[in-house]
Amino acid sequence: MSAPATPDLEVRAAVKRFAEHTAVDALSFSVARGSFFSILGPSGCGKTTLLRMIAGFIQPDDGDILIGGNSMKGVGPNRRPVNMVFQQLALFPMMSVGENVAFGLARRGVARAERTRKADAMLERVGLAGAARKKVDELSGGQRQRVAIARSLVLEPTLLLLDEPLGALDLKLREHMKIELKQLQAAFGTTFVYITHDQSEALVLSDHVGVMNRGRFEQLGTPQQLYYEPATPFVAGFVGANNRIAGTALAVNGGRVTVRTADGWTLEARASSPVAGGAAVEAFVRPEVAMLARTAAELPAGQATHSGEVESLLFDGANSAVLLRESSTKFEFRIALPQTGQYADLKVGERIHFGFDPERATCFPAGDRHG
Amino acid sequence: MDDTAGPAWQRRLMVGLLLAPALLWLFALIVLPHVDLALLSFRERTAPREFVTSLAQYRTFFTEPLYWHIFVRTAVISAISTALTFLVAFPIAWTIAKLARGRAATLLFVVCLIPFWVSETVRTLGWMILLRESGVLPGILVHLGLADAPPELLYHDATILVGLVYTSLLFMVVPLVSSLESLDNSLIEAAYDLGASGPAILRRIVIPHALPGITAGCIVVFMLTLGNYLTPNLLGGTSSQWFTEQIYTQFITRFNWEQGAAFGFLLLGLSTTMVWFGLKLSGQRFSDVMRRT
Repeated sequence: MSAPATPDLEVRAAVKRFAEHTAVDALSFSVARGSFFSILGPSGCGKTTLLRMIAGFIQPDDGDILIGGNSMKGVGPNRRPVNMVFQQLALFPMMSVGENVAFGLARRGVARAERTRKADAMLERVGLAGAARKKVDELSGGQRQRVAIARSLVLEPTLLLLDEPLGALDLKLREHMKIELKQLQAAFGTTFVYITHDQSEALVLSDHVGVMNRGRFEQLGTPQQLYYEPATPFVAGFVGANNRIAGTALAVNGGRVTVRTADGWTLEARASSPVAGGAAVEAFVRPEVAMLARTAAELPAGQATHSGEVESLLFDGANSAVLLRESSTKFEFRIALPQTGQYADLKVGERIHFGFDPERATCFPAGDRHG
Repeated sequence: MDDTAGPAWQRRLMVGLLLAPALLWLFALIVLPHVDLALLSFRERTAPREFVTSLAQYRTFFTEPLYWHIFVRTAVISAISTALTFLVAFPIAWTIAKLARGRAATLLFVVCLIPFWVSETVRTLGWMILLRESGVLPGILVHLGLADAPPELLYHDATILVGLVYTSLLFMVVPLVSSLESLDNSLIEAAYDLGASGPAILRRIVIPHALPGITAGCIVVFMLTLGNYLTPNLLGGTSSQWFTEQIYTQFITRFNWEQGAAFGFLLLGLSTTMVWFGLKLSGQRFSDVMRRT
């Protein structure tokens, strides 16, 4: 193995305060060359501030940002080896598509012929060959997206920043552009830093995701780590669908916690971080972890079985689920329907049994769940 | 056809009635006097109360160098004044549209508007009080030791320009503010992010975006300046040599209405030509520009 390469982006204890509000709170992380890194968080978590600090539009109050190993202190956005794809794309309406792509090259003093050649080649790479003479408003949403990316990538930046670029698109196109973005990133090998509040975008696209909340990273890991081993209750609640069960730890047996809700429903879960007996806890059970059964005997032996009444059926193709009320406590619980169509005949009000592997349910000491 | 709106003739009547005041105003106050002036400008007095149709009035203009000189001078100073107004108004408009927030922006706008609460005559007389030999500014210059004797600051071309810019400022600021406000800040940031410097952003993004507003402001200011009578007359005195003064002289002092009417049409021709030229130069369409004013 060679020595670890300099990360393309390194954020060292960056801080940004606005009046009394700390938008970015002593955040440190690094992004390896050629990877797709996402910052996922709810609106107001500080992710936009962080991205604008990396781009250079905002100066950090403290800490430093290194791009390609060089400190960016006092370096303006026009001098950083970083380009940004804006949320509303910000294509220049007063210029043609080709002029948009060649804009950055012109600012670098590249000769006109060379500029045109590079812009045309870049447009071809993003699948817009021959669109150079078109006006920006003649393009579709997806094509504009590609122009915005081409305009940045033609400058061969160390880092490409993307500020929720799919937010303005309709659902169908968004799904399509997700795949296209991932393919573009793989083809160019440029390091992407992507911010989004959409957990599905972050999971599908990224090599690594930082889940951001209140100016800090709650967890930084691969999409699989975030999904299967959430480090905090916030991550468990924010990434993917989850049933959240608040209660107290009735008993702690090694890594296994028996949780009892205020109404008296008890269930078992794995302690993701050390839990003290009698402490307030939060347990999370993913809808696809729980299994349905018409009779309790059908569920795997050795697992606690629960029962509930069907409150509503949420049909959504492959993502269909059923919303139950636990029989004794009326606790609302969501379970994914198996795609075999086995429970397609389920009726509202029907009584049904369910159970889950406690190892696949997570439990945390109850902290204050920020936002 | 949309039959809920009634028969076609009813709708046409409705539109006609709605447009009637505007059409009446247009016809009675603009078209009629101009037709009359046009007729007036094409006749020549041969004897008392005897007139013949001729081009004599226009011929006088082209053969008399004084009129020519004043005509060109008025056009040139108006163009300089328009350019200066733009240079002064642009930073103000940028501040109002992009830098100031809420109350501050409103306050700045009001500051631009305040001079217009006073009549133009009073405003211009105010300038005379400041600038005349025994006025405030020459007094200050002497007091500071910058001049031995109080200089006469009135009756210079520069004084006329100052007055004209001051009078026109608001008419440039308003269209500029509206065109700059519609400029998406993310375009500026995107250009900056792509490596553009401040001047490059101004040249490639801001000016092209604001061009209809700039053209609109320039057209309005140029027309107002060209047709201004009071400011050049009071601040420039006899040396102002403004073309509207020539028209005034012909109508009022010399009772030569025919000559005055011809001069009026020449001025109209001049402003039309200059506006057309300005539109061609900036590559704008008249309809786009007028929407900005």
